[in-house]
Amino acid sequence: MSAGVSVGLVVNPVAGLGGAAGLKGSDGAEVQRAALARGATPRAGERAERAVRALLARRPGTRLVTAPGPMGEHSARAAGAPHDLVRSTAGPHSAGTPADSLGSGAGAPTTARDTREAVLAMAGVDLLLFAGGDGTARDVLDAVRELRERGERVPPVLGIPAGVKVYSGCFAVSPAAAGFLAAAYLSGASGVSGPALAEAEVVDLDEDRYRQGLVSPVLYGAVLVPAAPAALSGRKAGSSGTAPGTVEGIAREVVSRMRPGVRHVLGPGATTRAVGRELGLATTLLGVDVVERAERDGRDGHGERDGGGRLVAADVSEEELSALVAGRETVLVLSVIGGQGFVLGRGNQQVSPRVLRAVLGDTPGARADGRLLVLATQQKLAALGGRPLLADSGDEDLDRMLAGHVQVITGHHESTIYRISAASEELNG
Amino acid sequence: MNTAEPFAELPVAPKPPLRRFHQARWDEPMIFELSRPGRRGVAVPEPGAPRVELPESVRRAEPPKLPELAQPHVVRHYLRLSQENLGNDLNIDVGQGTCTMKYSPKVNDRFAAAVAELHPLQHEDTVQGVLEIYWRMERMLAEISGMSRVSLQPASGSAAIYANIAMIRAYHAARGETHRDQVITTIFSHPSNAACAKVAGFEVITLMPDADGLPDIEALRAAVGPRTAALMITNPEDTGIFNPRIREFVDLVHEAGGLACYDQANANGILGITRARDAGFDLCHFNLHKTFSTPHSCGGPAAGACGVSADLAPFLPGPVVVFDGSAYRLETPERSIGKVRPFLGVTQNIVRAYAWIMSLGAEGLRQVAETAALNNNYLMRKIIAIPGASAPWGTRRIEQARYSWQELAEETGVHSEEIGVRAADFGVHYWTSHHPYLVPEPFTLEPTESYSMEDLDEYAAILAHVADEARRDPEMVKGAPYNQSVHKIDPSPLDDPKAWAPTWRAYVRKHLS
Repeated sequence: MSAGVSVGLVVNPVAGLGGAAGLKGSDGAEVQRAALARGATPRAGERAERAVRALLARRPGTRLVTAPGPMGEHSARAAGAPHDLVRSTAGPHSAGTPADSLGSGAGAPTTARDTREAVLAMAGVDLLLFAGGDGTARDVLDAVRELRERGERVPPVLGIPAGVKVYSGCFAVSPAAAGFLAAAYLSGASGVSGPALAEAEVVDLDEDRYRQGLVSPVLYGAVLVPAAPAALSGRKAGSSGTAPGTVEGIAREVVSRMRPGVRHVLGPGATTRAVGRELGLATTLLGVDVVERAERDGRDGHGERDGGGRLVAADVSEEELSALVAGRETVLVLSVIGGQGFVLGRGNQQVSPRVLRAVLGDTPGARADGRLLVLATQQKLAALGGRPLLADSGDEDLDRMLAGHVQVITGHHESTIYRISAASEELNG
Repeated sequence: MNTAEPFAELPVAPKPPLRRFHQARWDEPMIFELSRPGRRGVAVPEPGAPRVELPESVRRAEPPKLPELAQPHVVRHYLRLSQENLGNDLNIDVGQGTCTMKYSPKVNDRFAAAVAELHPLQHEDTVQGVLEIYWRMERMLAEISGMSRVSLQPASGSAAIYANIAMIRAYHAARGETHRDQVITTIFSHPSNAACAKVAGFEVITLMPDADGLPDIEALRAAVGPRTAALMITNPEDTGIFNPRIREFVDLVHEAGGLACYDQANANGILGITRARDAGFDLCHFNLHKTFSTPHSCGGPAAGACGVSADLAPFLPGPVVVFDGSAYRLETPERSIGKVRPFLGVTQNIVRAYAWIMSLGAEGLRQVAETAALNNNYLMRKIIAIPGASAPWGTRRIEQARYSWQELAEETGVHSEEIGVRAADFGVHYWTSHHPYLVPEPFTLEPTESYSMEDLDEYAAILAHVADEARRDPEMVKGAPYNQSVHKIDPSPLDDPKAWAPTWRAYVRKHLS
């Protein structure tokens, strides 16, 4: 039974508005107004309702905690879910968009602030469902961070895909899948094995650049989400490679290739952070860090013993990084950011053309000789569906030089050779 | 209005479109739990021969803990277990894609029984007949693959793959090229290739499919180099897609000084049509229990075969059978990697496979491949017509196809594994061991030459019914099976070394003591 379990639900009612209208996003009042003018109808509430129906089908009677009106209440009611409303803070913060045109009962359009405040009011829930896109995920991430800073309990979150841009790892594959996964998680939470959580990256695109055809995902942080055994369909996968252990295997492989005295630049991301962890270092999730492997400890007679690592500099700027790699043998360790396969130029702009040239030199094929290590799970590569990895360093000549095939480390003593393209050519071509 | 159905007058009602299947459920204990001290199946007579004193070092301190049962209890026990099974002789066994489940003619078991009483240590002179079977079988597999020599020693497909990688390692070592420490494979090759290479100490580089579902040849170009030991590749891959540029793959690896090794686990659709050696491969292997109709005996004695070019023949596992024109002898190749199992091989399975090939002849083998491919493409048309099912990359397949229930799962929350389990309520099944999960919600069907059109229609109708049920009543599908011997099990002990127990002794140690 679902007694004692509560699920938070926050809907960003304007999410997805811009998509159907061809506006490639819904961030900002101007775009929302334009979308409505083009006849767009809000769909997020309906998608949230589908997720809630799926949740109730698996766990009848699950109680929701939600925000008033289109921010969740309407969806909960439409799905027939018992629900409590969080106290309305100041009501929706209208940014001056045409209130009535959002459709029946939609009320005033909401802003990022409304999403954040709704999440803050739901700190006590067992799982927070939110409907929206990457922009909404960022707002949820902001609120989660604020809860953490306040020392409050931070619920795991799960996104119901309802936005135009859904590249973050915290979204289920469909509204129904979100409901089913939520139900499975809540059942697991009361079971012997305990709830399984995984870290998922929150990325977002710069919409202005996206509208110009320049896709630009940036990594904003990570949230805890229910681990998705269902998406892996069956136990065989659990024991064989798609499990969280893969990231540790990748980290072990990277560390085994590190030679003492060689600087290693760790780009942003959860996978590169695992490399830091393998070295015993607290490297940053969002920043670019520079590390070295310590001299191997040969005291026990065999050189395999890991002597740990040294953090040369954390969260460096482009300027600092450029100085740190100048004239030094350096290896770049970068992970694939977001669902589109960006390796360079997204969230790691510190690794500038100047830095790249300093590390890789000017010769084509530099990517192949071990000075650029790209990290990704096989699952992440599979999700690209045969599309290439992308480089958008800001210097198109350099991107073209990098284009070709790169070794991607997918596990311990395991790698793949994968195509990398200059983003400008791939996206405009 | 006539209320009577037309069949009401028949003494036996016609069968409904879907079988009203119900599996037996005996709740049968383990045979060890049925044991009672002193109970016997056979009263063994006292030996007439004088007693022999065995040295202390080889004498048991206590008798082995074998189950003690009377004959009827043994017979009943195993018949009950056999009724709780969906074996190849009971169901339309097309759901174990990549396993090539085909009918094994019963007459071949009688031939196999004929060699049961041979002893593996008998002198060559007394077993010329079975050595001749080994020799002729080797020559036939050499003809089928185009290779020079073939070892029939491996007891399984993976053992054959391991023997191949061991030969690759020995070959490079003999040439002083021990720096070749990378093996290239593809994501849809049989996963044993990556596994065996890794066990043998190689670094594994895996090629991903391009947009057409074929391994990216440009990636291979970038992957090969002075460290390349070998390419280990399956073709057609586990998607059922045949790589038409395979010769170019082989040539690229050869140019880099590596060897090319062909995993022929999926050979059922290419028998008599293409040959490994003709595409330039240096090594290949067959699973006799897949392509050549011997029992699978999963985990037990199946049978594998390694085929090699003349350059690699000196490295074959030994002994091999040689023929000097008048007699058959055993010989260990000059630079043999050693034994991969005791003695010659799984002789009874070699005999079965030999009988199977002899009964078909060259034309028959080709007909096997053509029928398997025809069956597969017929079934594929029926499966992709089911709403919610798809076959990624869409192209025509050889002998099997990997499908996806992604669309159905996203709509209904019912997963591929659950659909396979529900299908078992209708007397068929499929498994979902498709590591890695590149195709979402996968299922792989391989209708070999053994199945009729009616069989394939029935199988497709069952999947269509379950997919429809997933939309109407997903909880029904998720609650399945209902008509099976065993219902829901907790699979987690299978992943937990502290809990798993492949033997009764381990079970007693971990759970009962």
